[in-house]
Amino acid sequence: MADKKWMPRWFYQLASPRWCYDITGKLLPLFAWAAALLLLGGTAWALAFAPADYQQGNSFRIIYIHVPSAILAQSCYMLMAIAGAVGLIWKMKVADMVAKCCAPIGASIAVLALATGAIWGKPTWGAWWVWDARLTSMLILLFLYFGVMALNSAIENQTTAAQSTAVLSLVGLVNIPIIKYSVEWWNTLHQPATFTLTERPAMPFEMWMPLLIMVLGFYCFFAVTVMLRLRNEIVTRERRSGWVKDLIQTQFR
Amino acid sequence: MGFESITDFLAMGGHGLYVWLSYAIALVVVVLNLMAPLRTKKQIHKEQARRLRREQSQI
Repeated sequence: MADKKWMPRWFYQLASPRWCYDITGKLLPLFAWAAALLLLGGTAWALAFAPADYQQGNSFRIIYIHVPSAILAQSCYMLMAIAGAVGLIWKMKVADMVAKCCAPIGASIAVLALATGAIWGKPTWGAWWVWDARLTSMLILLFLYFGVMALNSAIENQTTAAQSTAVLSLVGLVNIPIIKYSVEWWNTLHQPATFTLTERPAMPFEMWMPLLIMVLGFYCFFAVTVMLRLRNEIVTRERRSGWVKDLIQTQFR
Repeated sequence: MGFESITDFLAMGGHGLYVWLSYAIALVVVVLNLMAPLRTKKQIHKEQARRLRREQSQI
């Protein structure tokens, strides 16, 4: 009974670096096209066609970068922590690789969210930065990404590095609900969530539709960049195996 | 179209600097996130191809 399989088959296939390399090779062009179309279309709609806000004027168009990047920075963190947990529990190498790939991407997206927030804050609140709960917890998210990256590169042994970073990212997971509820728990300058699952958006259709498109576009872009990094990681770690040698030889003559 | 002219579009009602700066930073972040792994890929493949050639010449 020791080898009883109680997870779906794809879960075990996911554990095979070779299978992962093949499937991401097939998925990459799909996501790349989706990301390009969604981001280009969304940007055009956001910049030129969405109506200006009656209070904030055109500076409100920053929302189409700010909100998707803030959502993605948190989703990326959750993926990193979940992948780390899967790596800890099932000793799955591919999960460790995914977790490692998430950190630098998430850090750059968190920087984007903070930077656009600051740029939007200047004309709206009159300040680039305030030590407000939402902004501070977002800054902590960025520092968590830095911590994960530093810890991962500080430990020589790959297995130990993956285990320690997984624990750190799981502990840091507590920050995610703090970011989410910071606008409700504390008095804040920051406006509440734009999208909720239970209520219709408070904006008109011409405003929230491009935002939804941008969010989806950011997710597709994230999928592309994670897969690119993951494939590099797989080739590096599996370089001694036959299939990677064949791959190198057929691709580079 | 929400704007009368192209200058109007660039000015963004006086908030042009903020809006365009945000979109420019977004573009930089997206491009860097694609360039970095593609460059690494090239390096890895070059290194591995060299290693394979070395191993084969020793046999």
